[in-house]
Amino acid sequence: MHEISLLENVREILQEHAKTQHFKQVKQITLEIGQLSCVEPEALRFGFDVVMKESLAKDAKLILATLKGLGICDKCKQPVSIETLYDPCELCGNPFVTVTQGNEMKIKDLIVI
Amino acid sequence: MCGICGCGQTEQKHSHHHNHDHSHSHADNERLIQVEQDLLSKNNGYAEQNRAYFKQHHIFTLNLVSSPGAGKTSLLVETIKALKESFPIAVIEGDQQTEHDADRIRTTGIPALQINTGRACHLDAHSIGHAAMDLKLKPNSLLAIENVGNLVCPSSFDLGEAHKVVVLSVTEGDDKPIKYPDMFYAADLMILNKIDLLPYVDFDVERCINYAKKVNPNIAIIQLSVTKGSNFIEWTKWLEHGVANRDSQ
Repeated sequence: MHEISLLENVREILQEHAKTQHFKQVKQITLEIGQLSCVEPEALRFGFDVVMKESLAKDAKLILATLKGLGICDKCKQPVSIETLYDPCELCGNPFVTVTQGNEMKIKDLIVI
Repeated sequence: MCGICGCGQTEQKHSHHHNHDHSHSHADNERLIQVEQDLLSKNNGYAEQNRAYFKQHHIFTLNLVSSPGAGKTSLLVETIKALKESFPIAVIEGDQQTEHDADRIRTTGIPALQINTGRACHLDAHSIGHAAMDLKLKPNSLLAIENVGNLVCPSSFDLGEAHKVVVLSVTEGDDKPIKYPDMFYAADLMILNKIDLLPYVDFDVERCINYAKKVNPNIAIIQLSVTKGSNFIEWTKWLEHGVANRDSQ
């Protein structure tokens, strides 16, 4: 499953930041996961301990913050909420909405020592 | 040292950092560091390096994705036979195990390199960069990357390609685009293959196209049969156009 690949990327990013920001251990990590992204938060949680087991983030607390899906309707140009990539505009029913938020998968911040 | 990503064996140095050096004290020497960095930033960094390399050498690169068995390898074999006299072609194959697909491609006489991903369900940009170097790609060529058969995970992983091309076959069910929206959202072209089998399967072409356009209004669609050759010319024309106009992609 690719949540493992993503977490391996996270581990590498943490190792790079540890060098530039001079810390040895990660106590807490906050990940922002967009509602529309192709990541299953629970799979991330499941994989996190496995991937971080022998790393600087061993036993770190994982906080998952969900970002709502948002877009702009291509027709009425209003900002709207969306729950999937193919939701129509909730205001005018137009099927085409340009996504402005919800595809993100990012490391927001760390608590480190 | 790799000529695209600059890495040695295991060391990876890339310039895709977003360092927000804002920290303040907590108890027990703890401090908060703002990171604001994409989980995929490492892969995206490698992908951008690949993209720059392809642009510099005028290489038109495609990332072919599909479920297993939709016909990607067969499509590539027939494409190579039709176009190899028109421009140089090279192929990178991705599978969990075996060299079977690369072997099939090599029977056409063009270079192919197999990446075995092991337990990983998709190709990644770093390994593509190395493969591209190993292939010694000629300028002005077509590079086709055949991804691991998987309609889910490859959608997240940019390889540095000009386009993702999703191959769907009529034996798979006409609602696949809405069931696997991430892939069809990420693709610029959908090839609907095995149209010669339409009389024998319960597949509604119009419904399938509507689902694909619902997820991705801008997706182009080509219906063809690789084995019978039906409408294959629409695909080869699309490719010729892409290769000729690669620098404006």
